[in-house]
Amino acid sequence: MAAQVSAVPEPVLATRELGKRFGGVVALEALTLAVAPNEILGLIGPNGSGKTTFFNVVTGIYPADGGAVTFDGRDITRLAPQGVYRAGIARTFQRSRLSLPLSIFDNIMVGNHKRLTQGLWFNLFRRRAFRREFEESYARARELVAVFDPPLADRMFEAVEGLPMIDRRRIEICRALISRPKLLLLDEPSAGMTHDETTQLMDDILQVKDSLADLTIIIIEHEMGVIERITDRCAVLNFGRKICEGSYQEVAADPLVQEAYLGLE
Amino acid sequence: MQPKTGERPSLWPGLLGIAGVAVYLIVFLMIESQVGVAVLLVGGAAAVVLAARFGALERMRTSFAGREGSMDIAVPAAVLALVLVFHQDHFTLLLVATVMIFMTASLGLTVQFGFAGVLNFAGAAFLGIGCYTAAVLTKNTGLSHLLVILAGGVMAALIGGLLLYPVLRTRGHYSAVITIAFTLLFKTFLEVNDALGGPQGLRVDGLNLFGWAFNDNIALTETVELSFYTNYVLASLVLVCLGFAFLRRLDRSWIGLNMDAVRLDETASACFGYNISRWQITAFTVGNFLIGMAGALYAMMLGFIAPTNFTFGDSLILVSIVLLGGIGNPWGIAVATTIVIVLPEKLQMIQEYRFLLYAAMVILILLFRPRGLLPRPLRAYFPGWQPK
Repeated sequence: MAAQVSAVPEPVLATRELGKRFGGVVALEALTLAVAPNEILGLIGPNGSGKTTFFNVVTGIYPADGGAVTFDGRDITRLAPQGVYRAGIARTFQRSRLSLPLSIFDNIMVGNHKRLTQGLWFNLFRRRAFRREFEESYARARELVAVFDPPLADRMFEAVEGLPMIDRRRIEICRALISRPKLLLLDEPSAGMTHDETTQLMDDILQVKDSLADLTIIIIEHEMGVIERITDRCAVLNFGRKICEGSYQEVAADPLVQEAYLGLE
Repeated sequence: MQPKTGERPSLWPGLLGIAGVAVYLIVFLMIESQVGVAVLLVGGAAAVVLAARFGALERMRTSFAGREGSMDIAVPAAVLALVLVFHQDHFTLLLVATVMIFMTASLGLTVQFGFAGVLNFAGAAFLGIGCYTAAVLTKNTGLSHLLVILAGGVMAALIGGLLLYPVLRTRGHYSAVITIAFTLLFKTFLEVNDALGGPQGLRVDGLNLFGWAFNDNIALTETVELSFYTNYVLASLVLVCLGFAFLRRLDRSWIGLNMDAVRLDETASACFGYNISRWQITAFTVGNFLIGMAGALYAMMLGFIAPTNFTFGDSLILVSIVLLGGIGNPWGIAVATTIVIVLPEKLQMIQEYRFLLYAAMVILILLFRPRGLLPRPLRAYFPGWQPK
């Protein structure tokens, strides 16, 4: 199959014929996808259709078996997760992967790794300079959290452990955004939350996107209401293949999608 | 100076706590009868339970957290008071110095296990490397003893480097087994190595710093003489304070955060650019360095070392100190080391059952207080710092 010529000019992220299999199971099959700058792309599909695998392959957690990933004009197919992050892609996880015993601030600073000075000498003995960096980082983290939830920004040095799910999701997104990535991958941010909380979180995401210039988002989501509301475009996966792509209305009307979701008699 | 926001916590609960513990320890160390020791133990436990019940412990904790600078002076001062009381008692002073040396070693283990999550069941072996380095260097070279102590740390860190490859290539239980194997290997190596004294061990020269011979009693006046172990208590106090300060700095920096992140979630930290082995290597090396320095001082104090001092059992003692105290909390290490080292020395009847006691303590702690006696607090990069 030849790579389709995408209608989107100069995509931020483009995959070509991306493949991944686990033993006999084909998790991704020749997936070709292009994401335009500043858009919000919804990635949908039934359970096990390869959405999270797609994230894991793009971020380098799993090596791709075939095909290529280009980000910002650069081939990142073979990069380890560390390299992908440095290139400017940050993500959240389906099951929240915050460090529970650490404070909100600490968790967000984990995401800020590439901007913090890591030398042993600097950290141990240049405490004045360290303090300056700490205060700057604190101000930036606080500002970001305040976009989501101002009261939460006053509790930066509390443990994440005691927080409700919605706050944990917010912090996870802040952790991904603090390094100012160009591309944010959100893996089912509404998982484990009530309908109202989900609505609130989506408002937050839209608001933060408006406040940050140059941010592209790919979001995996099961709730169709969410998808309809916040995405510019959707791609539907089933058994590791892209079966449809387009606006929410186009996708929802597609017979293949209805079949994948509802099944056929 | 910016005006203080909110009141600083009172100094008194912390000071009273330190004084109480010091007095208790002095009485405990003085008493000879086994019944008296048992009564004191029960009394001490009851006092702690009562103090917890009436919130006194909580007040002490806030005092320690909020008035750190004062506490950092008060605790060593209490140790010095202890030394004055026992100034002629060789046995007790040796015990006090041993506690502080093991504290230093446990601080090293805390960096490895508590911060970065690198399991190390070879603590005794690295302590032994420090000891044997000191023995060989004091015997064969005229190196300044200050450098000998440093060399003990450097040797332990270097030999630890050999273990790094297999330890980092494996995970969890497997890397633990590798360190266990290393402890066994180390002891056997010493036993068959005649150059290092074989099973009989080696004699080690006493510490001598710039003409200050640590193995001579200190004559204050014609009649008052301090036990020569006072020297070693002071040296180990300096070492443990340096270890403490170092651990704190490390914890309150991005490096401390990095080690936590790597320990808690390797996948997530990889996705945020962490070079996982870098922080594990840093922790392992720095930890072994601390353990090795403690070992060098230990050897010079004991004057004689043999392979039987560095068994797997001794490694387990170090690990149980870290578990008991509160993984990652240096104050917890201080409390736990005191309990683990002093208790069997005073309770003669349990000497034989030492390991039974440690094992029981570890099991109880893991069951009922999995975060240890003094759980690690949240990281405060600059204590008392208030956002503007």
